[in-house]
Formats: sequence, C-alpha cells, structure tokens
Amino acid sequence: MPTVFYLNDSLVRAAASPGVLALDYIRHECSLTGTKEGCKEGDCGACTVLMGEREGDTVRYQPVTSCTLPLGELHGRHVVTVEGLNLPDALSPVQSAIVDEGATQCGYCTPGFVVSLTALLLDATKTLSDDNVKYAIGGNLCRCTGYRSLKAAGARIREGVESKLTPDRVASLVNAGAIPAYFATMARKLAAIESPASPAPARTPAPSGTAPPPLLLAGGTDLYIQRGDRIPDQDVVILNRLPGMRTIEERDGRIHAGALVTFEQFMQSAQLRKIMPALHDYGLLMASWPIRNRATLSGNILNASPIADMVSLLLVLDSELTFRSGSAKRSVPLRSFYTGYKTYDMRPGEILEAVSFPVPAPGTLFHWEKVSKRRTLDIATVNTGIRMRMNGGVIEDAAVSLGGVAPVPLYLEETSRFLTGREPSVETVLAAIDRAQAECAPISDVRGSAGYKRLLVRQLILAHFLTLFPEELTMERFYEAS
Amino acid sequence: MKHLDAPLHVQGLSQFTDDVRPPRDMVHGVVFGSPVARGVIRALHVEEATASPGVVAVLTAEHIPGNPLFGPIIQDERLLAQDEVAYVGQPLAIVLAETRADAVRARALITAHIDEQEPQFDPRAAYDRGDIIGKPVAFAMGDVDGVWAQCAHVVEGSCSIGGQEHVPLETNRARAFPKEDGQMLIWSSTQSPYAVQRAAAKILGVPENKVEVDVKRLGGGFGGKEDQATHWAVMAAVAARHTARPIEIVLHREEDIRMTGKRHPYESDFKIGLDDDGLILAFEAKHFQNAGAFADLSMPVLERTLFHSTNAYFIPNVRVHAACCRTNLAPNTAFRGFGGPQGMFVIEAAIAKAADAMGLAPDQIQAKNLLRDGDELYYGQKTERCMMRRTWDEAAEAFDLESFRKRAHDFNAANFGVKKGFAVMPVCFGISFTKSFLNQAGALVHVYTDGSVSVTSGGIEMGQGLSTNLQAIAARTFGIDPARVKVEATNTTRVSNMSPSAASATTDLNGNAVIQAVREIRAGLLRVAGELLGAAPDSLTIAHDRVARDGKSTEIDWNRLVSEAYLRRRKLSAYGYYATPNLSFDHATNKGNAFAYHVYGTCITEVSLDCLRGIYTIDSVKVVHDLGRPINELVDLGQVEGGLMQGLGWMTMEDLVWDEKGRYTSGSLSTYKAPDVYFAPDDLDVRFLPFWENEPGPLGAKAVGEPPLMYGIGVYFALQSAIRAFAPDTALVFKTPMTPERALLALHPDWSPSPSADRS
Repeated sequence: MPTVFYLNDSLVRAAASPGVLALDYIRHECSLTGTKEGCKEGDCGACTVLMGEREGDTVRYQPVTSCTLPLGELHGRHVVTVEGLNLPDALSPVQSAIVDEGATQCGYCTPGFVVSLTALLLDATKTLSDDNVKYAIGGNLCRCTGYRSLKAAGARIREGVESKLTPDRVASLVNAGAIPAYFATMARKLAAIESPASPAPARTPAPSGTAPPPLLLAGGTDLYIQRGDRIPDQDVVILNRLPGMRTIEERDGRIHAGALVTFEQFMQSAQLRKIMPALHDYGLLMASWPIRNRATLSGNILNASPIADMVSLLLVLDSELTFRSGSAKRSVPLRSFYTGYKTYDMRPGEILEAVSFPVPAPGTLFHWEKVSKRRTLDIATVNTGIRMRMNGGVIEDAAVSLGGVAPVPLYLEETSRFLTGREPSVETVLAAIDRAQAECAPISDVRGSAGYKRLLVRQLILAHFLTLFPEELTMERFYEAS
Repeated sequence: MKHLDAPLHVQGLSQFTDDVRPPRDMVHGVVFGSPVARGVIRALHVEEATASPGVVAVLTAEHIPGNPLFGPIIQDERLLAQDEVAYVGQPLAIVLAETRADAVRARALITAHIDEQEPQFDPRAAYDRGDIIGKPVAFAMGDVDGVWAQCAHVVEGSCSIGGQEHVPLETNRARAFPKEDGQMLIWSSTQSPYAVQRAAAKILGVPENKVEVDVKRLGGGFGGKEDQATHWAVMAAVAARHTARPIEIVLHREEDIRMTGKRHPYESDFKIGLDDDGLILAFEAKHFQNAGAFADLSMPVLERTLFHSTNAYFIPNVRVHAACCRTNLAPNTAFRGFGGPQGMFVIEAAIAKAADAMGLAPDQIQAKNLLRDGDELYYGQKTERCMMRRTWDEAAEAFDLESFRKRAHDFNAANFGVKKGFAVMPVCFGISFTKSFLNQAGALVHVYTDGSVSVTSGGIEMGQGLSTNLQAIAARTFGIDPARVKVEATNTTRVSNMSPSAASATTDLNGNAVIQAVREIRAGLLRVAGELLGAAPDSLTIAHDRVARDGKSTEIDWNRLVSEAYLRRRKLSAYGYYATPNLSFDHATNKGNAFAYHVYGTCITEVSLDCLRGIYTIDSVKVVHDLGRPINELVDLGQVEGGLMQGLGWMTMEDLVWDEKGRYTSGSLSTYKAPDVYFAPDDLDVRFLPFWENEPGPLGAKAVGEPPLMYGIGVYFALQSAIRAFAPDTALVFKTPMTPERALLALHPDWSPSPSADRS
C-alpha cells in the first residue's frame, strides 16, 4: 500500500519501502534539492522539514529532521520543504530577514534555518521572543555566520510579523502573505486522504527459526543513525502509525505516558511541569526541537544507552514499564529493567506500551543535571536526576539516578537509601557522594576520562543539593569541609 | 548590498554539486578505506563486492591509468593505496554501483588483509626519530642566545594545541562526466579547480587541456577543500573513465571526518625573555607539527606558523624552529589561518605565563609590545600603515577595557562558585600566499550586446562572498548597475592555472584581475563614446549606466554604448590578469617582503565559568577590526563573526579524539561538536576602524577571511583567568581545547577519585 501524503502543494503516492528516509525520497525521487544532507544523524538540521498533522480543521506543524524520518510515517501528513515556503512573487518574511541581515553565506544550512524559523511562526504556543528564536534554531548548525546575524534575523521577523499573528497561525500567516496560500487548504486536502486501514497492527513476530521479526521503528533518532543504510531494505513497523500510546494521563494516582510520547510533548506537558517545575529546561538540554519532536520515551528506553537522558529522569520518578504481547500485559520496574550493556528484560513479541509512575506528593523536590562538551544538542558525559520528599527538614524519601558511569543507566540504590532519613547537610552530601562513587564504574571514552566522570559525579550530586537547598547549603561551605 | 546568492539560498534554489538532476545512467561511488592506521597490504579481496547486486565495478590501485602519485607540494600520495597504508580511512578501493545503497552494501563485503604495524601519533617522537616531511625550518632575527642573560625575566613552557575538523555543512563531493576523445568534465566541490585538473590529468594520463573542472559554489570549505577535495574528484574521473558513465561520489559525514585531514595539532615549546617593565627582549619557539601521513600542505602551513610566531608584537630577538612530523593520521591540511593560529597561540601562552611570573596582567605585556608602523619583523618585512596599536587603543576605549578588569575583580570577590575572566587578543596577519608564485589571478569578462555582463574568475564562491564582491567590483569599475553583472561558475577552460581560493586573498587577487579586464573593455567603450560625442575619451566616464562628460550626464546610456561598440566591431570581452606587486621573499634566507600588507585587529573576550560544573558561557566578544575600505561591509562583517566563531569553537569544544588504533572516536557530528546558537555569545560586537583606502586591495579593501579566526584564541586565556580566580594554585597549562573536562580538572587540581570508590 503506497504512502500517500502532500509534499508542499502536491499529492504524492509513494510506492517506496516505508523505511526509506524522507530525506532521500524528497531529494532523489521528488528532485526537491533545497533540503540538504549535512550529517544524516539529526545533528546539523540542514535537512529540516515541516511535518503537518491534521487536527480537525487545522494542521499542526512541527519541524523534524528528514534524515531520521521514515517515509512510511508520512501517510496522511503534509510535508513542507523550503521550496514549499516560497511565495510566487516575493521572499517570505523569514527569507527576507535572513537576506537582509546577511545571515546566509555559503547557503547550505540556510534552508534548514528557513524551515525552523517558519516552524516557530506556525507554532501557536510560542511567541517570537529572542529565547524562542534560539529554541527554534537550536538544532541548526551554521559554520559560516557565527549566529549573530541569524538571531538578528529572528528579531527582524518578530518586528515584521508578530503583530499580525492570531491564534490561528496558519490563517494569519496566509493573510499576512508570510506563507503560501495553499497552506489554508491543507486541512481539507489531508482529510481527503483515506486514512490507512489500521496499518500493520502490532504484528506478533514470527516464531523463531523463520523470517526475522520486523524492525519496530518509533522516532528513528537512534535507529537511523546506527543502521540507517539497512532500514530501507527491512520489514519495518512504523509505530507512529499505530493508534494510541501518545497520551499523558493521570489515573489512580499515577501518571501514564504512552510509549510514543515525544520528548517535546513530555517537556511541554503542563501536568508534568507541575510536578517538575524545571522540566522545560531539562528538555532543552536533552535534544533540539526537531529531535525532541521525534524522539520517544520508548526509543530512549529501548535504545538502552547508558547516558539516556530521559531514562535518567524516569528512573528517579520510580517508573514502571508496561509491555504488551497480544492481549497479555507485563510490568517491569525501570530500575530493574536493564541487565547489562544494551541488554534488558524484554521478551520476544512484546512491545513497550506505556511508562507510568506515581504522582509525587506535593512539595516533592526534583532536579536534573547534565554535563556535555557542548551545552545543548550533545550527548551527556554524565547526567543525574534526584527526587526527594522532605518532612520537617528531613529527607523522607530519596531517589538518585546517574548516567554515563556504568554499562547501564543507574538507579543509585545505596545512595538513595542512605539519604533517606537524613538532613541535607554538608556531611550528608559528602557521604552520599562516597556512596554514589561506590555504586558507579565509569570508563574513559570520547566523552571524557574516567577520572573526570568521577569528579562530575561528585560535582553534580553536589549541584543537586546546592540547587534544592540554597538556604541550607553553599558551595563555599562544602569546599571548606571537603 | 546583500549577498548575491542570498535570495536563492533562502528559497532552497541555489544548486550545489549534487543538486543538479543526475543523468539517468549515473553511477554512485563509495570509497573503501583502510581499517588500520599503519601496515603492509597482503591482500585486498573485492570479488564478493564486485558480484554484489547493482555493482558496476570495484576499482583498486591497479585501475589507475596514469601516474598514481599526486600531492600539491610533494607527490607522495597515491589515489588508492598500494603495498602500504599509513592512516585509518586511507582509500583502498572505489565501489561503483547503480545506487549509493548498492555501493554501500557491496563495500561491506570487501576484506583487506593488512599486516598491522605500530602506528605513530606523537609528533615529538616522530621528530626524534627523524621522521619528518621536508626539512626543519627556522626564522631568526637578532641574537637570541646573547640576550637571555640581559632579561630580568625568562620564562619557558610548552603547549599542546589540538586540531580542528572543518565541518563545512556540505561534505566533499564530485561528479565526473566522460566526454569525447578522452576528455573529462569534473564538477567538484573544491577550493582549487586547477589542483583537481592537474591531478586528474596526471592520474588519467592525459594533458591538462583534456580535463575541464567546473565549480559553481561550495557549501563551505574553510581550507578543507583546498587540497583534499582533489582526491574524490579524481576518483570520480578515474571511475568515469573506467565505466564510460557519469559518476557521483558524495562523502557521508562520517566518511568525510575519518578520511580527510584537519587543522594540524601542534606540540610547541617556548622561551620568552622580558625586562622589568614587561618589554619583550627575546622569544624562541619550537613547533612540532603533527602533519599526518603525507605531505599535503603541511610545509606551507608550517611556514605560516613561522611567519606568525610573534603575532602582533615587535620583538627584537627571535628564533623560531619548526618541523612537519609524520604520523599515522589522515594528512592534515589547510584550515582558515593555515598554521598562523598555532603560532599565535604559543606566543600568547608565553605572555600569559610571563605575566603570571611577573605579577602583571597579560594585557599589560601585550599592550607594551604591540607593533608600530615601520617595525621590522623577524622575517625582514617592515610594517606599513600599521594599525595594530590603533585597533588596540580603539578597542580599549570603545569597550572600556578597564571595566572588564573591574567587573572580573568585583564579581569574583562577591561570588564563590562562578568566576569571570577576560582576555585581549590582538591579531596581525599577513596577506598573500607565502609561496609568492601563487599570488596571481586571471578573470574573463564579457559584455553582451544587451548590456548584460558576465564575469568569470579563478576564485571560488564558498560562502565568503566572492561573487558578491566581484559583482560590485565589476559594476563599480564599469560604472553600471550591479544587477547587470552575473558572476559565473569557475571553470578551468575560461580561466587557467588558478591558485586555490585560500590565504584570504581570493577577492584581492581575483578582484584585481576583474578590474584589469573591466578597465580594458571600459577604455574601448569610452573611445566609442568619444567618437559618438566628438569628445576626448579622457573627458568621459561611465556612471549610473550612462556616459558622463566632464561629470555631466550625456544622452548615451550603457545599452546604446554597448550596441554601438558591437556595431563598430570593438572588443567587448577581456581577460584580466593580476600579479601582486612587490613580493620578494627569499626562501633561502627566510627574509623579505612575504606579504602585500597585514591585517590588524583587537578582540576582548569575557567569560563566566561555572566552577561547580566546569561549564562556561562566553558573555561577550568585542572586536575592533581594520577592513581598509570594504567592498561590502555586510559580507565582511559575516566573515569576521564567522571566523571568530570557528576560533572560539577550536579553543573550547572542538575536540578531536582518536584511539590507540588511530581511529577518530570523534568521527561524527554527535561526537565532534561545533558551535551552535546557544554557545554563540549574545553580546557579539564587531566594529571597524574608520574606512580608508588600502592601496594594494581592490577598490581599497583589505582581505578578511582568516584573521578573525585568531580572535577566538582569547577565549582560552579568558577561561584560564577565570580558572585561576577559583583555583589560584592550579598550574598554567596550555593544552587546547579547553573542554569542560579540562576546565573542571583545572579547577580541582587536587582531585583524585578516592581509591576505595574506584572500581574501574
């Protein structure tokens, strides 16, 4: 069954394998070469496109890197490349701002910036503030400009466009002549695409000894990087075409997040931000906007990287994983899920359906830290989360996670237990650090030496306490004591 | 005036090498590189790959039709390795298939049996073994040995300077099209079309006139495509010859990082002597350049290190030694600054260490020793129209240098866990290829009868704004609207023997060649105008698309002038040629006028260091830079800001890491990090000296491409100053880049993991 979608203003019926990369399809089959390949791993943003999903009479657009996007997921969607943003007789406000500020030099990264900045315009939840301009282009690398001119372009767009925006961004941008008129017709056109008969219902993999089971593909932000060359030849199940598994709900005192919830959805969730007030800032450190729009909870958990950012957060939330195989369900605590490097307790035929965790008591403290070579859009050297419930100045319950220091993302059992029942004093922190050091075993690699990682363990556990108890603890006092 | 190509870029309509719709029968090539860093090839099995679906051919060393050796200075490299390998990724075979996927699949079936030898990565060890490329070189002036005893302070130290991956957003790529009679057309993403033409001709075994190289634009080059675009273009040509089909080779990012050279890492030693007032009396440096496995451009890079080893300072007694040391890394190559940045880092390290020993602020020593007009540099050239002190003084005043000192002092006194630091970085950079013969350029200008103008030069548009500059130069020199001028792709059949687009000199050389061609055509047109008006041609000019007589507009507009010239059978095309005058550097004595002029500027960088986490923010970067009279200020501003950002990246997060087998473990953009928008300082303030005519430059402009990169060096010393504010006892270490790891460890010099805890 072909993948039917709109590419800019044209209907495409793609017969190619669903695992083919959108980037390759757009460039080679559709000859739209404005979308550039820069790294094919989601790290440069030169291939950024808009992916539009119909929501009633309107279409919600998100920027995504087309180098981690399977063609098969585009069914019923509106994909917009830089060419699809071109107006008949003029440059768009985004385009002309970049021209006027001298914010394009070699031009190779430029289409990605145009798409990302247009995505910001199209996102009704976002103003055009300087911070949001960075938010929008945080996933786009430019090696020529130094970014000042790009930030200035953002400010120029704001001056020209912001006053014309209404909550219906598509309509107001069309009216303002900032995007092509065809955008206004897309909701109707997408509605006319036959919704796929429930595609590839979570197939039960073939019994062992026969054909290999199909590859389950969610956001693709890890799988395409690890084995992108092979995926187009493989039998894949595009999980994002399955219904459900994409909501965050509170039920019976627990938060239930579908396995396909994206990082962006997670960090923007009002419910979760009530629990973890700084969640949004953690999200900014985890990945860029286009990657967060793709990366899923299940992908982060099942990729099983020792430095998985989301896992280190989910560990301190005391998360439980729910697996389904046919109609059978099974639950596994995340803390005991990993059994070794990239190995875990998942059985053939199962799919990860949801992640859930208890709603923390009001006043529960949270903090999450990450250090990497580059502050944003980089892989952690060490990451760590902490959750503590206080009662009269005493830690009543604590959970600490630590990533990048062992073959698996660690839940620090000893350290967490140690903290319970103590006051957050310098002595407590020093002793907790000793226990954390005893629980981890970092190795030297491209992200840092073992000795450095151990120093980070100390520093970041200290950072948790300095952040959460600014009155009681100061860095100075800790350094005097240690 | 905007970038000429900007409207196309923002619409995604500008075409790069592989954006043109491919011919139907095009074959895709991928390269199989050596899995080991050093060894003797026993066997290379390509049979299985050859039989793989979709494969057209697999080429190895035996398929090279002509001379297999090439290289820009010394021809020591083979297109495909034979007998031995000397770095991981060294090309061994080219797999050609109907699709890239077929080629990649087949490549995995190739096996190489190589007897591994112990690879070498340490340039000092290579030097000690005598494993160097070319000869050691020394520049000297005065009596260094005699002066040490007179110095009140003599400080010695060493530096370990990291390399840098270019990361042009467009990786290396080429297409080759076989033509009649053994001819070959090559589209290459190269900064050096003639290097491609010359190498392709030799390797194909044909005269150079049978190879045509055409380059529309590059998605960034930064030196990485000065010489190392050649390999892939020539491979495409060899494959096109072999298959008689068009070939495309596009390197994947990881292939590009692993298979191509980078900015050279250096190990350097320094010794500096000063009097009690901080006046530098003598300086000595030894540079051990990590050249990688083959010569490539390492020797001229080394030479520029020698030229810039005292940066912006006058020092009466200088001796600098340097050697290209052979190691088993991919041959390191040109990168914006071309050896200059490494030379400058070392003198700045020496000043920082001397200041520390003397209890002075580094900028006190810097300011005291800045170059003055007429100073004789240790390579025998005297500074002319020297703007060094002027940019320093203007920066100190405009940005209030003392306020940086006060802010750091006050902030650091009030804050325990966050420290501020700042540093001043003056830059003096020589403009011209140091190989004098390269300082020549040609340009071809046509005027068509409808009044439109075509300009072809030997320079490459790679984002630096060359076409924008050339359009403006041609239009202003003619006296016409720039919209009439189209700047063409660069093509070896229209301009011959071009030098690489490099050394910051591309607009200087090619712009001056365009001026020569335009002047010739314009003179002929004014003679025609003189005939039409009955006036002496020298009373006439062209301005705003119209002939003017004694400064007053006449009825003859540009279109009429051009068509009259055509009807009167006058020449409407010209080939302009320019060679930089007054260059006279003697490589035997290492003395003479190596440069047409120098570029000057001063940068102040301020940082905040999170001493708990070892992470940092660049609060502000402030620059005063000398442009002469820019052709296009917006273009030049982009060059300053972009160069600066690459320098900041080089000094901080751009960390090239290889393992004991010589494999780059920072071999992708997930492990090799370049600056992003969040890293870039929000307060980036670049100002220019009042514009003035720089006589050697086209229309009074100064070159701008490379010098700003070296402003980035300041961030290292700003961070070091912040580290010292937190940890006064930590040793001054000059090891770049200053990653968060190095910063955190320097902040905690006494840190050692408690042995009981360390189970690793």
